[in-house]
Amino acid sequence: MSVNIINLAYLLASVLFILGIKGLTSPRTAVRGNTYSALAMLIAVVATLLDKNVLTFEYIIAGVAVGALIGAILAIRIEMTAMPQLVAVFNGFGGGASVLVAGAAFLEVMGATQGSDLLAKAGLAPAQDYQMLIATAISGIIGSVTFFGSFIAFAKLQRLFLEGAASFPGQRIVNLLVAIITVGLGIALVMQPQNVNLYWLMVAAAAILGLLLTVAIGGADMPVVIALLNSYSGLAAAATGFVLQNNVLIIAGSLVGASGVILTKIMCKAMNRSLVNVLFGGALGPGETTVSSDDVYEGKVKATSGEEVAMILDGARRVVIIPGYGMAVAQAQHAVRDLMNILEARGVQVEFAIHPVAGRMPGHMNVLLAEAEVPYDKLREMDSINPEMSQVDVAIVLGANDVVNPLAKTDPSSPIAGMPIIDVDQAHTVVVIKRSLSPGFAKIPNPLFAADNALMYFEDGKVAIQEIAQAVKEQ
Amino acid sequence: MEVFVIGLTIFVLAVFVGFEVITKVPPTLHTPLMSGTNAISGITITGALLSAGSEHTLLTTILGVSALVFATINVVGGFMVTHRMLDMFKKKGGRS
Repeated sequence: MSVNIINLAYLLASVLFILGIKGLTSPRTAVRGNTYSALAMLIAVVATLLDKNVLTFEYIIAGVAVGALIGAILAIRIEMTAMPQLVAVFNGFGGGASVLVAGAAFLEVMGATQGSDLLAKAGLAPAQDYQMLIATAISGIIGSVTFFGSFIAFAKLQRLFLEGAASFPGQRIVNLLVAIITVGLGIALVMQPQNVNLYWLMVAAAAILGLLLTVAIGGADMPVVIALLNSYSGLAAAATGFVLQNNVLIIAGSLVGASGVILTKIMCKAMNRSLVNVLFGGALGPGETTVSSDDVYEGKVKATSGEEVAMILDGARRVVIIPGYGMAVAQAQHAVRDLMNILEARGVQVEFAIHPVAGRMPGHMNVLLAEAEVPYDKLREMDSINPEMSQVDVAIVLGANDVVNPLAKTDPSSPIAGMPIIDVDQAHTVVVIKRSLSPGFAKIPNPLFAADNALMYFEDGKVAIQEIAQAVKEQ
Repeated sequence: MEVFVIGLTIFVLAVFVGFEVITKVPPTLHTPLMSGTNAISGITITGALLSAGSEHTLLTTILGVSALVFATINVVGGFMVTHRMLDMFKKKGGRS
């Protein structure tokens, strides 16, 4: 009876998880959706506490108190610009939890059987037994890759070290070897489960794999990594569900897995690259740079100032701002919002064009602009704004580079060839706010900066926007 | 084997439901989607509760409590930060 009640509670939780994610399909219903998901989690937790196997509550209370305190502090104190790091950290903890739970469940079963004749003493059917062992191996591997991969991603995003893509000779072969060793240890574990140390050896090998895979990826490829790790943390939870034969874990885990896969696909498509290329291609490969930056820029780049931009804006009716990672670094989102308000008060139509991979995680720019209270209907997707770009009077590129580089369309040998870009070059005037002419992640010059209709404003993003806003106000 | 097949059935169907629902999430909400689903992946907390509370051996209790701390950080932090973000989206929803 009680088992049925627990399972019915899990069913209710699963339904609420699905409704919760469904709520995220519109900004209006999203808060309610998130509440549904949180409620679902609470129901699942309470139901689990009713399980007859839960005997002591001291450790549980202590564990939950510590975890909730740390989680709440992180959630309240985090700056919106540091959101990619935080998502990476949370992903890591999710993966780590799966490793530990699968490990504990595995030790419990092995402890109950005391070694060799597992099947007889545990009273399990052989197939079920293999299912449990295989799921344990998968859970341990994916969870460990997620945990260690996420912390490398965190370190890179926090700019602690190796912000770019680190590569060494024979990297792919080493990665492949470590992957084979990891899977080999997993198979050995399934074959000889009485050797419980194999589990930890396998987890350690997977840890090295997670480190190696993430260390090789940097900068603008981060959105793919974050989305992929998100998917892994879900799949690890689902695998743990197979270990514990717990349906709510399987359902919730696979929902998260699906979410991560979809985001990964969107990110890869937005860069016109395959997942394999992102994961193993290093920093877009050496790329035979057919265009040297001197040829592109020499004598053609026009520098501008806040006053000049204000003068140009004076005659503009339609302005589009294209934010990139530079806006996050400069924390320029509030300054941009102020500029938008000033321009709108003068009857100028202001919109934002968001490239899918702008920033360091999916939706990065949207969150920052939401923080600055820019209404979300002013944020336009690349595909919807591009056909209207030729009617735009002034396009302001703020800390973006590769996502507005026309070489993607004109130079088939370029490392970003075929990547969809925001067609700012079509606008009447383009103002590029950037501290220098240094190349973006793709390490190639950007002919946009030397275009006839382009002006370069060499300044920190926030300072530049504030100076423009000041100059507009003084007109 | 039976249990595994039932589990696999649930898994595959849930993946399809996930694909159907998540494809409709607009790019504006992709970050909250990530942090929200991430909090959901903290569902491992149920497994952690079982390990931490089952008084099996000292080692499994330690593993269970550590898992519980990790999963709770993921769940509590994940839902709270998602809520914080979504509030920002809601605030300006009515305007303009």
